[in-house]
Amino acid sequence: MIKPAEWQLALPLALAFASIFLAPLLMLVGVSFFNDDKISQPGLAQWAKFLGDPFSYKVIADTLLLGVKTVCATIVVGYPLALVYLDAPPRLQKVMIFVIVMPLLLSVVVRTFAWIVVLGREGVINQLLISLGIISEPLRLLQTELGLVISLTQIEMPLMLLPLISVMSRLDPNLRDASAALGASRWRTLFTVIVPLSMPGLVAGCLLVFASSTTAFISQTVIGGVRLIYLPLLIWQQSLVVFNWPFAAVVSITLLISVLTVVSALSWLGRRSGGYVHG
Amino acid sequence: MGRRRSFVDLSYGVVIGTLATIALLIIVAPVVIVLTTSFTEGRSLKFPPTGFSLQWYEALFDPSKSRQIHRAALNSLEVAACSTAFGILLGSMAALGLARGRHRLGRVVDGFFMSPLVLPGLTFGLAALMYFTLIGFRPSLNLIIAGHMIVTVPFILRTTTASLSQLDPALNDSSQSLGASWLYTLRRVTLPLIAPGIFAGAFLAFMASIDNVPVSLFLSTARTDMLPIRMWGMMESTLDPRIAAVSGVLITAAFLLMLVMEWTVGLTRRMRE
Repeated sequence: MIKPAEWQLALPLALAFASIFLAPLLMLVGVSFFNDDKISQPGLAQWAKFLGDPFSYKVIADTLLLGVKTVCATIVVGYPLALVYLDAPPRLQKVMIFVIVMPLLLSVVVRTFAWIVVLGREGVINQLLISLGIISEPLRLLQTELGLVISLTQIEMPLMLLPLISVMSRLDPNLRDASAALGASRWRTLFTVIVPLSMPGLVAGCLLVFASSTTAFISQTVIGGVRLIYLPLLIWQQSLVVFNWPFAAVVSITLLISVLTVVSALSWLGRRSGGYVHG
Repeated sequence: MGRRRSFVDLSYGVVIGTLATIALLIIVAPVVIVLTTSFTEGRSLKFPPTGFSLQWYEALFDPSKSRQIHRAALNSLEVAACSTAFGILLGSMAALGLARGRHRLGRVVDGFFMSPLVLPGLTFGLAALMYFTLIGFRPSLNLIIAGHMIVTVPFILRTTTASLSQLDPALNDSSQSLGASWLYTLRRVTLPLIAPGIFAGAFLAFMASIDNVPVSLFLSTARTDMLPIRMWGMMESTLDPRIAAVSGVLITAAFLLMLVMEWTVGLTRRMRE
């Protein structure tokens, strides 16, 4: 048998991607430049309608802010967990990584459902707070942004922890010992040694969490309800309820561009910080 | 000085320890709570559950009462199996093709193949719906399989590429210098060595397909219902307690599968690489 040139082995997947990934995305862009939902009159009317409406900017801002809040929440609790993982004995590490990865393999719908049971009017949190006498009336947690951010923190946490842990476990443990021997407190070691060196993992985690939480349709609609409107809900309404495909295309392209802008800005920052550490 | 330092270090231990405990609690508690609630005797999903019963599991496994859920689950399994099979074939070939290329174009192509991981899934889902509809395809499971293959193949590509990069090129060269053909070398040397990597990626791809919402949301219809979409429906209207039983089944399945994958291919080690 004749040996094929190596690159030719990538051809079948390249063809599949060209025909069922790239072509649909190009068509999506094309459809957005039609005025009517029958897709017969080319024009910029849908773009004008979306970009001319102040409400659109509020939805875009809310969606990006939801991503930022979720990223912050996953860092605040996730980073310390990664630090604890780093110091744990190998046996405990195995258990911890299992616990961390497990939710990733669990359906997003199941994880979202779990938060309905926890956050509901008769949910765990309300019952706990009432029985402790802290509140007398149940708090509204479902259909609030707070509830949504709490749920997304759990749902997206593995995406933050995996890259963090993978970068942190490669750090030379001598660095921390050296820092301590030179008299730095553990806080100082954390912020001047560990955080800068783990930056690539942190940035990768932020990227994944941001991209995933801004498009988390199920959690946004089920926990957030219909009154909190984010871009994914708008896309779904316009395409599958109102059947205005050109407008839905405009919103999806907006979602794509806003998410990719933030993601590339973050990875640029990541590369810069990487340079800082090694230089 | 010494005392101040020990106080500072103590505060470090307390703050970091507390936050890490909160993180673990947030990760684990909801799963445990759902699992417990699914065995409730009551008509609603309260925690702690009142009494113990298997009523929601019985309702879930009843072939006539829960026919739609069964149909959706079978569709999801079929789509996951087929899209993973295609993904293994195309993905491992592509990984072999791009592995040793130092070419710039190779890296661009690799980035293109990985892009479904960061691209908003809903954008691709909607694009696929428009594309298939406008070129005249009728909704079918085959289209969902194609869509799932695109969004899950990056997992296979990533783990396979990682195993290939750890492969000693001398193995290939010695096999060929001993007269083995390219195909024989691939079959007897390369593939057995990278098989665990492919397998780990295939597992992640399979789970991602089972769990996929954005593509299924747009490509599935009443006839080709998918499990996550059906479950979403069960939560959206009135909360159907059978969803706790579905969750219980999925939690148990994910747990067992993960144990098996950990023992066979060291899944968590591969995910950290």
